[in-house]
Amino acid sequence: MQVEIDEPRCVAAGHCVVAAPEVFDQRDDDGVVVLLDANPPDDEHEHVREAALLCPAAAIIVRDRGGAP
Amino acid sequence: MPEPKVLPIAARAAGCPFDPAAGLYEIQKEDALPRVKVPSPLLGEFDAVAITRYEDAKSALSDDRLQMGFVFDPDQPRTMLNQPGNLLNYNGADHSRLRRMLTGTFTIKRVRSLRPMIEGIVEARLAALEEAGQGADLVTVFSTPIPTQVICELLGVPYEDRDDFQRRAKVGLDVNTTFEEQIQNLKDMDAYMSTLVAAHREEPGDNLLGGVVRDFGAELSDDELVGIGNMLLIAGHETTASMLSASAALLLENPDQLAIMRDEPEAVDGAIEELLRYIAPATIMPRQAAEDFCLRDGEVIKQGERVVVSILVANRDPNSSDRDLDVLDVRRPPQPHVTFGYGAHQCLGQQLARMELRVALPALFNRFPGLRLLDQDQKIDYRTTALVFGVNKLPVAW
Ligand code: SF4
Repeated sequence: MQVEIDEPRCVAAGHCVVAAPEVFDQRDDDGVVVLLDANPPDDEHEHVREAALLCPAAAIIVRDRGGAP
Repeated sequence: MPEPKVLPIAARAAGCPFDPAAGLYEIQKEDALPRVKVPSPLLGEFDAVAITRYEDAKSALSDDRLQMGFVFDPDQPRTMLNQPGNLLNYNGADHSRLRRMLTGTFTIKRVRSLRPMIEGIVEARLAALEEAGQGADLVTVFSTPIPTQVICELLGVPYEDRDDFQRRAKVGLDVNTTFEEQIQNLKDMDAYMSTLVAAHREEPGDNLLGGVVRDFGAELSDDELVGIGNMLLIAGHETTASMLSASAALLLENPDQLAIMRDEPEAVDGAIEELLRYIAPATIMPRQAAEDFCLRDGEVIKQGERVVVSILVANRDPNSSDRDLDVLDVRRPPQPHVTFGYGAHQCLGQQLARMELRVALPALFNRFPGLRLLDQDQKIDYRTTALVFGVNKLPVAW
């Protein structure tokens, strides 16, 4: 799984940090998402998909290996 | 073209104030996007496109072509909806610029660090409830003061100013006031907030407003800072207060669900999410189309048309789950909702609101395990017609 962030879209709602704290963090000064791991291990995939689903700004893009987003 | 239907702004079922009116479910099934008449205390009655399906609500709320429709106009009287600094008055880049200045304060980390402060406030309110004795009104003794005191801490309101500050906040949210009273009240709020901003300019406090002044004070006018303070005050407490009261009322009527909230700490986060979905205190969200566009296949929304998203019924859209969304189930597997909106304007303070609910509700039921309505046969006094759904009074015993 390959994760990408569309940073300008992020509205700092923090859902990603709650759903997948190993993969996402927030910048201290403006709350914008920080990607900790662009290739998260298998046991994180479900959390990352949940984060992408909950993100109100469609700022998280998930690509399955070799596949389309 | 059929006549637009009248969609009451708080269209709730006659029998159960938590349920959407049957009419809302009917228009949810229609293939065409219906036009409805929406009565509004601030805008008079207006025609609008009604968005009632969950997927449509998400698309509409995250579409840049739908704007807030309340851009600040310095030539109009200042009201809560017409004020510099209020995020609801901005769209696009202007909105993001201002929002970015505030988002740092609402990160998960920051909100978690506020937990001890919130716990302290909740403890003090529980003691006040005990002291008020049997028959105490949960709304005035518990639900309303908690978010108000939290926001006082965040804005750095000195303790001795609290009473006046709280009284003005209350008037600002009272729908039974005239337009003139609202304008005068906002003047008083502005005057107070100006002195607070001036104090923070002098010496920025160690709190939310102080942080904004410290980091972005050079970019913001005093007027904008005053508006930001007023927005945080109003947005930060009415909806949370309503959620606290309505959740307590709903749980008292559903003792099995209450028991889960009380006895299962690991179920609390999910339970709060379910209560947020089910209660949806901010019933509708209005927008206005900046250009013609299709929301879904062939359904054109024309430039200038107003749009209202019914959060209440969108959260119950049968097509968004294979379970019955009209059932309150605090152990429900996560069911996404639009209670905090969606897209760029999604509630800035949502994580803080969640934290307040998570701390306050289990604490209430643990401290008073026998909590019940004072008069079990009496109907609960729900506030169904206001912009924010809630409970007027909730006398309890234990
Ligand atoms: S959920 Fe989306 S909008 Fe919120 S912080 Fe994460 S990336 Fe940003």
